[in-house]
Amino acid sequence: MNKRNQGPLVHITKRGVMPWYFSWGVRGAAIVLALIVCAVVTTLLTGENPLQIYATIFKGAFGTPRKIWILLQNLAILLCISLAITPAFRMRFWNIGGEGQVLVGGLATAACMICLGDRLPNGLLIPIMVAASIAAGALWAGIPAFFKAKWNTNETLFTLMMNYVATQLVAFFVIVWEVPKGAGKIGIINQSTEAGWLPQIGDSKYLLNILIVAVITLLMYVYLNYSKHGYEIAVVGESERTARYVGIKVDKVIIRTMLLSGAVCGIAGLLLVGGTDHTITTTIADGRGFTAVMVSWLAKFNPIGMIFSSFLLVFLDRGASEISANFGLNHSFADILTGIILFFIIGCEFFINYRLSFRKAAKKEG
Amino acid sequence: MENKTAAVKMRNITKTFGSVVANDKVWLDIYRGEILALLGENGSGKTTLMNMLSGIYFPDEGQIFIDGEEVVIRSPKDAYERKIGMIHQHFKLVDVLSAAENIVLGLHEKGRLDLKAAGDRIRAICDQYGFEVAPNQKIYDMSVSQKQTVEIVKVLYRGADILILDEPTAVLTPQETDKLFAVLRNMRDDGKAIVIITHKMHEVEELSDRVAILRHGHFIGDMPTAKTNAQEMTNMMVGHPVKLNIARPDPVNPRPRIEVRDLTVRSIDGIKKLDNVSFTANSGEILGIAGISGCGQKELLESIAGLQPTESGSICYINDDGSREELLGKSPLSIAEMGVSLSFVPEDRLGMGLVGNMDLADNMMLRSFRRGRSLFTDRKSPRKLAETVVAELDVSTPGIHTPVRRLSGGNVQKVLVGREIASAPTVLLTAYAVRGLDIHSSYTIYDLINRQKQAGVAVIYVGEDLDVLLELADRILVLCGGKVSGIVNGRGASKRDVGMMMTRLGGNRGNE
Repeated sequence: MNKRNQGPLVHITKRGVMPWYFSWGVRGAAIVLALIVCAVVTTLLTGENPLQIYATIFKGAFGTPRKIWILLQNLAILLCISLAITPAFRMRFWNIGGEGQVLVGGLATAACMICLGDRLPNGLLIPIMVAASIAAGALWAGIPAFFKAKWNTNETLFTLMMNYVATQLVAFFVIVWEVPKGAGKIGIINQSTEAGWLPQIGDSKYLLNILIVAVITLLMYVYLNYSKHGYEIAVVGESERTARYVGIKVDKVIIRTMLLSGAVCGIAGLLLVGGTDHTITTTIADGRGFTAVMVSWLAKFNPIGMIFSSFLLVFLDRGASEISANFGLNHSFADILTGIILFFIIGCEFFINYRLSFRKAAKKEG
Repeated sequence: MENKTAAVKMRNITKTFGSVVANDKVWLDIYRGEILALLGENGSGKTTLMNMLSGIYFPDEGQIFIDGEEVVIRSPKDAYERKIGMIHQHFKLVDVLSAAENIVLGLHEKGRLDLKAAGDRIRAICDQYGFEVAPNQKIYDMSVSQKQTVEIVKVLYRGADILILDEPTAVLTPQETDKLFAVLRNMRDDGKAIVIITHKMHEVEELSDRVAILRHGHFIGDMPTAKTNAQEMTNMMVGHPVKLNIARPDPVNPRPRIEVRDLTVRSIDGIKKLDNVSFTANSGEILGIAGISGCGQKELLESIAGLQPTESGSICYINDDGSREELLGKSPLSIAEMGVSLSFVPEDRLGMGLVGNMDLADNMMLRSFRRGRSLFTDRKSPRKLAETVVAELDVSTPGIHTPVRRLSGGNVQKVLVGREIASAPTVLLTAYAVRGLDIHSSYTIYDLINRQKQAGVAVIYVGEDLDVLLELADRILVLCGGKVSGIVNGRGASKRDVGMMMTRLGGNRGNE
């Protein structure tokens, strides 16, 4: 009988609105906990000193000026793609085709560099490259948007499939343009003339990319939060019926937003091909079209928050490479650590929103 | 009465959601052989309290005794074991299954599934209390009232003898309500304990033996129904005296404003939702629309608002100078661009009229954000409008930056109506404007609608409570299965006649 008179062991209640320092406190605690768990796992699996491993992660990310530049460059590209998919996500349009949109943007850039490189001066070529990459990215995102708006097709599957099409398209053109014949790759485009290479600011290869992305971040923040378009996106995302009720043309908003989304992905492709890599391969986007989904979610679709979430992911990734190099552990081990840390960061949101109450010691009632 | 022991005793029940205290140390006794009406305004914690009894929520504090023994109800299953059954406002039935299949669903009886035996038991229950259920009928073939009957039989089948009904009459016609009440009385006489949550005072007086009143999560008191009256109960619920009459000022200078001719609408599946509907709505007048739910009310309003594809007919807007404009086939945006100021308070407040996750100010912006040629939204005037609405309509909210979904039903509706009338409309469409609202909020809404009428607005008011329609509307259009069953004068029409017209075209007069 006594046993029956007890409530559930744990019960979950929703918290009210919490002050910002509470939620950041929980997130901080989650990271500390994650590091402790990582340390235990590291010691058990490898016998290495976890503190040393952490130091290595840090060194891998910030060890030398060159490493810091690479970190910032990776951060810029990841952030750019995340910013690109965010308007669509705010509209609850699950665009997971960032990968393909970046690829076609890069492909368009490469096409301009290869086909027009010797005929046009850079002053003319670069604007054409910009336009072409934006148009290509927008087209790649616009097709699924059009089908979604007209026939309500599933955008997640559609954009995902468009990724494969883009990859095959790039693979095809790599063979068409391969240098030298039979090499199976393009190599550095216009290495001697540097035609179509985006200009360098000072002696840093990456500064231009970083600045462009910083500007895009700011613009995107303002666009989403203060413009009429941004408001329409939010309304469509929350409720299409409400949007129709107030006279918003939902089809138009979906297509317009996806064109923007694809255009920014196209720019990311331009920065990769024209700005840093000066070549194109099928793996140039390197899964960042998908990582961007996580960046965007972690920051709750807030462009400023995405600076931090993309930093976190790039930092972990750079550190992970360093571990695998220094300790002779393979890259998978670093991925395990990254996984643990993300698990804690995402999981802590539950504790920010809900409170767990444990059953108090059995109370006798009088 | 004095020496009866309570079937259920709830003591010191407290439940909080975040910072909101839904129930604060509530006491409640429920007796067998008695119908208890649980009264309270929206957000006073009635449903929360009953949900704790039926195992949906778990109380933060307090004790529940059943037949004098303390119990812990952790889940709906525990509640069934204690013979407690709740019929929720929104039915929880599987459409493609039959009544019998729904009733035995989730029971885990020993042996093989024997629908025949179940059917026999269902018939026995029905005969005992006067229900009408065909065990093999599919749910999707049933009317709302039949579905409700299935829900009640479902809990009886599980052996419940403590029944809780959450606003059971909200979706029923007067005739169906009478039938339900007869059944409830039979169950009471059989010794079952019945709790009914309702906002309708005349039902409380007609049906219940005892009333218990909650206000803002506190238990205010209980008393035999015979020893109180609607006025006293209302005052206890609200906390201060309120007037219970709905005003009906005479129409001022009525002129045709909206003329609907031969309107026919089909749903996506090709079913006729409106069939040759014709009527005129005048300025300075409230045109009430009565009908069983799902008889084309929604399609009618949405057609006028430009949200519903139509098959044929015409909808004319008539300007003050007599010029006409066709609204049919226009989008809401082009209607607004024509200069027709049309406001629409839809049935689905949070799914259509407002955006639940946005705050009050952003919701005000829904109607006005396009104004001006700037690329950016003007945030100042919606904020000002939100503050005005909060102040004038007495919206209780922590602030104008609270997401509207956190407000209670009545306050959500005030925000929506406040926004819609802020644009100084010439036509106001409202669908179930007071559904789920308590008396106090309902009267605020009636008052707002009356003020619009006096300002010369053509009001079309779709309602479900016939008593209110008969008190508020100047004329009542009765829909039956998508056709106009008749248009009667609101002054002097009888509830019985309108009820008949709702169920049969033309009511008593015509059988065609």
